Amino acid sequence: MTDATEMRRRTQELLAARPPAGTERLDFLRARFDAGLAWVHFPEGLGGLGAPRSLQAVVDAELAAAGAPDNDPRRIGIGLGMAAPTILQYGTEEQKRRFLRPLWTGEEVWCQLFSEPGAGSDLAALGTRAVREGDDWVVDGQKVWTSSAHLARWAILIARTDPEVPKHRGITYFVCDMTDPGVEVRPLRQITGEAEFNEVFLTGVRIPDSRRFGEVGDGWRVAQTTLNNERVAIGGMRLPREGGMIGPVAKTWRERPALRTHDLHQRLLKLWVEAEVARLTGERLRQQLVAGQPGPEGAGMKLAFARLNQEISGLEVELRGEEGLLYDDWTMRRPELVDFTGRDAGYRYLRSKGNSIEGGTSEVLLNIVAERVLGLPAEPRTDKDVAWKDLAR
Amino acid sequence: MSTQPDLLYSEEEEALRAAVRDLLTDHCDAAGVIARSESDAPHDLSLWKALADGMGLAGLLVPEDRGGQGATHREAAVVLEELGRAVAPVPYLTSAVIATEALLACRDGGDLLAGLASGREIGALAVGLHTAPGAAYATVRAEGGVLHGELSGIADAAVAGLLLVPADDGGLYAVEAGAVTVTPQVSLDLTRPVARVALDGAPGRRLGDAGTAVRRALRTGAGLLASEQLGSAEWSLTETVRYLKDRKQFNRPVGGFQALKHRLAQLWLDAVGLRAAARNAADALATGEDTDVAVAVAQACAAPVAVRAAEEALQLHGGIGMTWEHPVHLHLKRAKANSIALGTAGAHREALAELVDLRAP
Repeated sequence: MTDATEMRRRTQELLAARPPAGTERLDFLRARFDAGLAWVHFPEGLGGLGAPRSLQAVVDAELAAAGAPDNDPRRIGIGLGMAAPTILQYGTEEQKRRFLRPLWTGEEVWCQLFSEPGAGSDLAALGTRAVREGDDWVVDGQKVWTSSAHLARWAILIARTDPEVPKHRGITYFVCDMTDPGVEVRPLRQITGEAEFNEVFLTGVRIPDSRRFGEVGDGWRVAQTTLNNERVAIGGMRLPREGGMIGPVAKTWRERPALRTHDLHQRLLKLWVEAEVARLTGERLRQQLVAGQPGPEGAGMKLAFARLNQEISGLEVELRGEEGLLYDDWTMRRPELVDFTGRDAGYRYLRSKGNSIEGGTSEVLLNIVAERVLGLPAEPRTDKDVAWKDLAR
Repeated sequence: MSTQPDLLYSEEEEALRAAVRDLLTDHCDAAGVIARSESDAPHDLSLWKALADGMGLAGLLVPEDRGGQGATHREAAVVLEELGRAVAPVPYLTSAVIATEALLACRDGGDLLAGLASGREIGALAVGLHTAPGAAYATVRAEGGVLHGELSGIADAAVAGLLLVPADDGGLYAVEAGAVTVTPQVSLDLTRPVARVALDGAPGRRLGDAGTAVRRALRTGAGLLASEQLGSAEWSLTETVRYLKDRKQFNRPVGGFQALKHRLAQLWLDAVGLRAAARNAADALATGEDTDVAVAVAQACAAPVAVRAAEEALQLHGGIGMTWEHPVHLHLKRAKANSIALGTAGAHREALAELVDLRAP
């Protein structure tokens, strides 16, 4: 049995064996993984100790206090948040040992080949084909919105293996080697000028059957594991007042009285209140989680923040007046991380347009709230019992 | 903000909620409230007796050594959520919260507190219900302990035995209702009617400084009103969801149409936000931390949400929503009147402009 005291002891042991000051970052991370302190709720031997997830906070606090390097979870978020739980649930023992350590240390970056140009919110309509040839599958198709594809060593991939059955039933889940022939990654430049995402073209890519997760045709169910884990970390953050997008606007308002107008004042005060209410809602959700009574509020937080970010950053561009006519830099860049609140007002305005689209559009999330929280009936569906190949496209 | 506000409900608070809700389920049905609202006695004094005498709720904010329950604003907020859900026609906000807080702020008049705390006496602060905390209010003329003048928009004055009257000498006076003329005004909100109070040489007893007492009473009232508005908004949402699951048109439950689902989901989001803001205000009133900002945020948020919830409920109930027998109009009238009560959302935003240093041009 592992408790907080035991966690502290193990963490101190690691710190004694590898003093952060004299240890190379990667060495430290590997040692931490091997000590089971990477993600304590994972099984022993796979970076964890089979301990309650809540004990991770104990380890993290001890390591932070000691100035230990971390694995920059934001940069490897797809691997940590989506690939890892799926590998844990569906991978063979050999696969788990092969993939999880370099995934966690960040030595190998993962990306996610789910979205397609022709299948946005209707993800199961995807058309990328995988055809069996001996021990291999041959994959042809196109994916889009792929974060980190240009850095990734591995990808989780869903593809259509049977077009003769309804769309949810003909999908299979694979791990794709991004260095294989036939994988082509092209930057997808966005309205901000940045290429934060990619398009990925798959042409005759051969994936061995041993890199399939779950049964043939059962990929949709496997993908649910991945997608359900996408929102794990929500609500954990404690935000101070004016900690979000409203902060820079309020600061500009205070520091530059010459920019103030009555119209902007009314709008700013309204948005300030909404931002504070959203912050309190997030704080309430966090308190519920800590008290072990998770509420459905999480489903709504992304919706609220998407709208707020868009309205606040839109106001900020106007507030800046003549400066609002300018933009910091249109040169195409390929950031490893998206900094939503970084750069200037124009960038924040344009980037926030994605907030209501990425990770589930606001329209789809409103449906989810209506159906799962309020219990309203689902929309009638005309695609459920029709073979994928017969669907109108 | 040195500490984080506690935004949850304790087990005791949930137990209190359940007890109040049970009582209201048994003794405050919508048909009864509607029938009463058209009579000469819109207030339900037997319900008031059950809440005050039976459950001791009128004295929540009064310390035990002064005849009350010694609870906090957090508990009073839970009671108001339930009273708002039922649009209960009882003077809880006006007597047990606003008048009580005014008395608590006064040097004298401690003897009157026990009366309000027990519920045997109903008190009303004679300041127009529309007045925001910190805003100017009308006063009467004081001449040697005798008061002259007229005040209007006094909520629940019709059932109050004790009026707390601000005078032009800066004092707050206790006046017995028998010594004044109370004339009911035809009110938008039938369940919390306002009245005109005329004083023609009424004897008053000076209790303390009106400025301090009125400000404290209105601030507490505004902060806790948000919980009443939350209760009403939740009723609107719950009833509408239930109706839209049942009601069929075009051979489908109406609630299955995406245009309506999105409206209800948005309403739910707004109610979730209001719950956090109202809880924050109640906790801030209880702890005394960050109170002015918390109250202003709650009131800037509450009225728009509660009014829209009632308006959406009316629209989405279709024809039945327009009728006198469906209770949605009680909530709409209460919500709209509440959007003026104790300061409009705009007035509270203006207060915030000062409080958080976002000043006007």
